[in-house]
Amino acid sequence: MSEIIKVGMADLKTCKAPDGVTTLGLGSCVGIAIRDPIMKIGGLAHAMLPDSTRIKNNTNSYKFVDTCIEELVNELVKQGASKSRLQAKIAGGAQMFAFQNKSEMVRVGEQNVMASKAKLAELGIPLLAEDTGLNFGRTVVFYPETGDFVIRAVGKDEKVI
Amino acid sequence: MGKIDLNSENSVYFDVLREIGNIGCGNATTALAHMLNKKVDMSVPRVRLLDFQEVGSILGGEEQIMAGIYLMVEGDITGSIMFLLEKESARNLIAMLMGTTPSDGELNEIEQSALKEIGNIITASYLNSLSTLTNLSIYPSVPALSIDMAGAILSVPAIEFGLIGDKILLIENEFSEGMNGFFILVPDLESYDKIFASIGM
Repeated sequence: MSEIIKVGMADLKTCKAPDGVTTLGLGSCVGIAIRDPIMKIGGLAHAMLPDSTRIKNNTNSYKFVDTCIEELVNELVKQGASKSRLQAKIAGGAQMFAFQNKSEMVRVGEQNVMASKAKLAELGIPLLAEDTGLNFGRTVVFYPETGDFVIRAVGKDEKVI
Repeated sequence: MGKIDLNSENSVYFDVLREIGNIGCGNATTALAHMLNKKVDMSVPRVRLLDFQEVGSILGGEEQIMAGIYLMVEGDITGSIMFLLEKESARNLIAMLMGTTPSDGELNEIEQSALKEIGNIITASYLNSLSTLTNLSIYPSVPALSIDMAGAILSVPAIEFGLIGDKILLIENEFSEGMNGFFILVPDLESYDKIFASIGM
C-alpha cells in the first residue's frame, strides 16, 4: 500500500517508491522535487524565501530555497541516492496579489523560482520541468517511482509535468 | 532589534500585539455593522501564534477556498495587513451589503469589487485603532484580492513573517451569522520597534 507523505510550509520530506510526497496550497513559496530515478528515492521541499544569506534570522534551514535544497540533497544521498543522478522539478512561486508597485516582497515568488534554478545549477542537478509564476495557488504531488509531478489548481485541469 | 522575541507566546511583545489585535477587531466589527446597517456581534478574538507547518491546519486545511484581501501599509509603520474569510462567508457578506441573495459560482466583477471595499473598510478601521493607540500615522494602500487555496493565500503573510522569525501571528474573529474572519498584521522589523517604542516599551 503506497502512502502520500505531507510536507508543510518551510519543511521537507523524502520517500521511497511507491510512496509519494505532497504539499498543499503552494502560493509564493516554491516546491522543489528531487529524485534519483534509479534508486527511486525522492523528496519534496517547500521553501518560503529565496536567500538565507540575506537574512539575519536564518537558523531554520528549511525556510530558505538555498539551504533547503542542500538539506534535501544531503538527505537523499544519506538514504542511498547518487548525487550525480539527481533530477529536479519545481512548482509554485506565484504572485498571489496584483500590486502596482513591484516591491521586493511582492516579487518574492519570482525570486524563489530564480533562486531554486540558481541553486540547482550550482549543484549540477538538471531541472527537467517547471510550473511556476502566474497568480494562482498549486497543490503538488511528487512520485519518485515515475518522477511524475502532479499539479492541481483551483478551477484548472490537473496537470502532470 | 534583537530584544524583540516573537517566537514565544509568553513574550510581553506578543501580549501587546494581542491587545492591538483585540482593539483592532472591535473597531473593524463596528465598521462592518455601520456598513451593513445592522447589528454585528463578534466573539472575543483568538490570537494564535502558529508554526509555519501549522498554518494550513486552520479552518478547513490548506485547500479550503478563501478570499484574501491584502493591503500594503505605509507611513510611520510599514508592512502589510490581510483580512481573510471563507469563500462562503465572503458571499454572504457581499449579499448582505448589496441586498441580494448569495450567488453561486465565481464572483463577478461587481461582487469582487464589493469584497475589496469591505476588506478596505474593515482593515482601515483596524489600522485606525492601531494608529490612535500608538499615535503613529498609518496609511493603507489600495486593496488587492485573491480567491484561492488558504495555503497559497497565507503563504504571502507567512513569507513576510519568515523574514523575522519562525512563527505567524493570526487573529481570528468570528462575526455573527457564522462569518469567520481572520486578520493578519505584519509590520516590518523597524515598525515593531516603533510600535513598542510608541507605547513606552
